[in-house]
Amino acid sequence: MDLSKATFWGYKRENQRVGVRNHVLILPVDDLSNAAAQAVENNVKGALAIPHPYGRLQFGADLDLHFWTLIGAGSNPNVAAVVVICIEDGWAKKVADGIAATGKPVSYFGIEQHGDHDTILRASKAAKEYVQWASELRREEQPLKELWVSTKCGESDTTSGCGANPTVGNAFDKMYPRGVTMVFGETTELTGGEHLVAERCRNDAVRKKFQMVFDRYQAVIERHKTSDLSDSQPTKGNIAGGLTTIEEKALGNIQKIGRKCVVDGVLDKAESPTGPGLWFMDSSSAAAEMVTLCAAAGFTVHLFPTGQGNVIGNPILPVVKLSANPRTVRTMSEHIDVDVSGLLRKELTPDQAGDKLLECMFRTANGRLTAAEALGHREFVLTRLYESA
Amino acid sequence: MIHFVVHEEGDGVGVVVVEGVKAGQALTGWIMEDDKELKVTARSDIPIGHKLALKDYKPGDTVIKYGVDIGKVVAPIARGEHTHVQNLKTKRW
Repeated sequence: MDLSKATFWGYKRENQRVGVRNHVLILPVDDLSNAAAQAVENNVKGALAIPHPYGRLQFGADLDLHFWTLIGAGSNPNVAAVVVICIEDGWAKKVADGIAATGKPVSYFGIEQHGDHDTILRASKAAKEYVQWASELRREEQPLKELWVSTKCGESDTTSGCGANPTVGNAFDKMYPRGVTMVFGETTELTGGEHLVAERCRNDAVRKKFQMVFDRYQAVIERHKTSDLSDSQPTKGNIAGGLTTIEEKALGNIQKIGRKCVVDGVLDKAESPTGPGLWFMDSSSAAAEMVTLCAAAGFTVHLFPTGQGNVIGNPILPVVKLSANPRTVRTMSEHIDVDVSGLLRKELTPDQAGDKLLECMFRTANGRLTAAEALGHREFVLTRLYESA
Repeated sequence: MIHFVVHEEGDGVGVVVVEGVKAGQALTGWIMEDDKELKVTARSDIPIGHKLALKDYKPGDTVIKYGVDIGKVVAPIARGEHTHVQNLKTKRW
């Protein structure tokens, strides 16, 4: 596929970023505000609440990450406008101000001194105005480089490493020269192949930062592990699918960054890249956590290879799923957007598989719902660094 | 028909990509990187996605896949035998 003149249809936001969805988000800052946020979602058709279990008594770096993730989610260009709800005004304003820096419409509501009923009433009125306003926004044709593409695989098996992940790699290799902004992560899941990622870093400064982040995560594993992690990495599902060791899983994982892309920079969790190219984000390998961090960093479409059949979606970031496992494609067809099992029968070349994925990615960017969106998968999962106070 | 795939020449294991492989079955493999074929007889029933050994191994040997070390052998493995957690372990963590 020649991508030199490739375009997609997206929504250009106030800060010039381009989104591929047009959500009006009802964003609870803490667990206590979920009920009100979901009531607003119920009152206003087209509003999207993203409940989550955290936000109270966090402190330090863990609290910072909480705010970055919420502000990032609201700032994502797939979001047209945001209603923030919090138990109290102060942190509601903090999150709303962070999102308002993008220029998009945002309102905030604190529950204390008002109660749920009054808060839901006021927030619903704001949400209704936003939904009607957003419904008149129109998609415009945009050059491919305006798309931000993330990747992370899940419920991997050996077919991931020889089929679905190299397909993402082929697509990444084709998009990289076109100035697309791309990210991969899963820090612990590079174990055994970290030297290969280090070799791909743009320069010594990037390499040093990558190694620091990798070693830091290894230290967390060493500190907390009770065995050789054989029950978690690889997971039970990975092992059932034939993956035996973390090294084998990692080498399959790394196929997603293709053969030509250079690792241009290293990001902290939920941090936005500052330019085009391929970025590595320090992140958990748990699917919903990592995809949520990508949404918070501003990525607008996600490529998700699976072997045994992970069913993940995200409320903000459309998740395009592909699989090369013929059994998974047969038994879980409603979850799979792109079937690349032909690769393992020599019926599809890697180049054709990459094009097939890109074609689905463009259709998704242009508005086609992914399997996960159609099935209502909205896993919004915040990464925690340590215990609450 | 391809029963298993091998990432590259020199790898010590292949991945079964069809369902229902039985012990004694003659299997055809495809070395993807080099586009070559090879034949191996299965010594175990091997589920789809699971590995078979392409050579004989003894405990302490290293298994290579993608041209890279994926772990150490902890029980003898014969060519064509199912290679998984019962005979292969990580060298990390």
